[in-house]
Amino acid sequence: MELLRFATAGSVDDGKSTLIGRLLFDSKAVMADQLEAVERTSAQRGEGYTNLALLTDGLRAEREQGITIDVAYRYFATAKRKFVIADTPGHIQYTRNMVTGASTANLALVLVDARKGILEQTRRHAFLSTLLRVPHMVLCVNKMDLVDWSEQRYEEIKHEFREFAAKLDVPDLTVIPISALNGDNVVTRSEQMPWYDGSSLLHHLEDVHIASDRNLIDVRFPVQWVVRPMSDEWHDYRGYAGVVASGVMKVGDEVMVLPSGLSTTISAIETFDGPVEEAFPPMAVTVRLADNLDVSRGDMICRVRNAPDVTQDVDAMICWMGDAASLTAGSRWAIKHTTRNARVVVRELTYRLDVNTLHRDESAESLSLNEIGRVRLRVTQPLFTDEYRRNRSTGSFILIDEGTGATVAGGMIL
Amino acid sequence: MHHLRYELDHLDWLEAESIHVFREVAAEFERPVLLFSGGKDSIVMLRLAEKAFWPGRIPFPVMHVDTGHNFPEVLAYRDRRAEEMGLRLVVASVEDSIAAGRVRERPDGLRNPLQTTTLLDAINANRFDAVFGGARRDEEKARAKERVFSFRDEFGQWDPKNQRPELWSLYNGRHFPGEHIRVFPLSNWTELDVWQYLARESVDLPQIYFAHRREVFERDGMLLATGPFTAPREGELVETRTVRYRTVGDMTCTGAVESLAASYADVIAEVAVTRVTERGATRADDRMSEAAMEDRKREGYF
Repeated sequence: MELLRFATAGSVDDGKSTLIGRLLFDSKAVMADQLEAVERTSAQRGEGYTNLALLTDGLRAEREQGITIDVAYRYFATAKRKFVIADTPGHIQYTRNMVTGASTANLALVLVDARKGILEQTRRHAFLSTLLRVPHMVLCVNKMDLVDWSEQRYEEIKHEFREFAAKLDVPDLTVIPISALNGDNVVTRSEQMPWYDGSSLLHHLEDVHIASDRNLIDVRFPVQWVVRPMSDEWHDYRGYAGVVASGVMKVGDEVMVLPSGLSTTISAIETFDGPVEEAFPPMAVTVRLADNLDVSRGDMICRVRNAPDVTQDVDAMICWMGDAASLTAGSRWAIKHTTRNARVVVRELTYRLDVNTLHRDESAESLSLNEIGRVRLRVTQPLFTDEYRRNRSTGSFILIDEGTGATVAGGMIL
Repeated sequence: MHHLRYELDHLDWLEAESIHVFREVAAEFERPVLLFSGGKDSIVMLRLAEKAFWPGRIPFPVMHVDTGHNFPEVLAYRDRRAEEMGLRLVVASVEDSIAAGRVRERPDGLRNPLQTTTLLDAINANRFDAVFGGARRDEEKARAKERVFSFRDEFGQWDPKNQRPELWSLYNGRHFPGEHIRVFPLSNWTELDVWQYLARESVDLPQIYFAHRREVFERDGMLLATGPFTAPREGELVETRTVRYRTVGDMTCTGAVESLAASYADVIAEVAVTRVTERGATRADDRMSEAAMEDRKREGYF
């Protein structure tokens, strides 16, 4: 069964948690005891209906405040697919969670309230999803019951969003009118909106084509762990373990190892369950090479005529997530890129981007929590990079504050 | 066949993600340890660790926090597996913590809540810096918010409102001496995935996971086994029923479910249609309050 990861986003009252509760409930991923607990709490609070948001808002503070604080991961499956949901909060101060959820998603699900239409936060979330290169986007126009199932209202919102999306380079956009509270167009097609002839949300999630979203062209294999058993049985064994970041690796391929630049051929691709002829993302395998080269963790195996950039100068968009520290020109951080750890100094903050207007402020002198900007970094040692738009694995990195150990930024290489 | 289209089955995808996590930890930490209870989730973890380092050995020990009230079949399984795989087994004992006065026996006899102290003491004493746990996000609502690499301060505490963002598969294991990272390689697995994987891999499991005849009595809607630590109280009727366990923990708080599922295929069929979570069905420790797990996790529980 194929697996689809999607990230939800929406403003505080868009009904995002209700929608997820509905998907889980209608696909029978919610168990009787969980539902009873929610019903009990809803009744205690005097709520008029079973508040499905309580299924996902698990922390005490979330229940008290009626908000979602942190990314919550939820799981459900249908006969066709298995789903992982990253449910991310919509508040302005928690944008970093939205970026976290989007970083691994195949699809972004953006909600708007049909009464309110496109808000600042809708734009921000759509922008962040495209910045993180989430390959598919679904805009759910929710609370259609509160606008009398109006086709005209739906068309207005759809039109406005499409105009905005055109500026963003959204790869694949689908718009669906729903009512999460009542389940209209969530799992099954709603009878309330005969004018809508598209799929229900769940049907779309089951059918959207994701297999070709991966990069199967550029072979990139960051070495994660050198396997050297040093036992009698495996005396001279040496293999390079890792996850295929992109491309298809085959036994017999001529490959190059970075940073040495030396070339050799793949003599075997092995797993605990036996050898394989080919490996592709995201398989975890052990690659063996015909020649005895000096290869260690942090090195990269690629094809001879298709190599990543080898560089100590990185141009990137970054999303700043540090609470205390902020980014300024000259500041120093640790960087983790693929399996490589190094340090960076910020050469330049090129501009800060206003995520609502997309205005570039070139006079900006710092980035603080939830701000996005373009930077130039100088790295202590060469990294093996590709543009993020071409490769989400070799194009991404995180920055770490060495003083606190906190993850302070996610970066996408330009 | 699926290789022609370069597609991975969801179990292969989950396996690859977990193997990646194991290798990251082995590469970036000094003293990792894997929590191994002989329960199904820790058995899956051990299998994945075996795959991650093959043909090398698993480069860290395993540890069990023994409440002193464990199922004998499961302890025997634990010892046998550790020996077969040539692993060092560290046993941290709640009885020892009680004897040393670190914790006090509770009036209700439950030892599960006492485990946190024993666990944290053992982490400190062995200077473990990464602790693999088998918790899954689908188990419980507080766990749904947990990172794969989950930072613990010098008191072992988890601060759910101040977690490190975790992007792509770039895990941040930074910590200072005395702090540690809990690592959850099964974060994205569901109960059904675990069973499907165990079946696919034909992993040998403790027999109590499959239907068997056992003397049980009903308490708080759970079927508890009779044994040295769980005697029926007045009015609790002891009967021999055909049961199996969905989770395996301390005997005093782990209930059996009535089941005829005697094989992997039977169990998978049962799990696929069940309407009650494994913890709701069989764990007294999780029924205490709506935030029981969150409160225990904050203090440093598994």
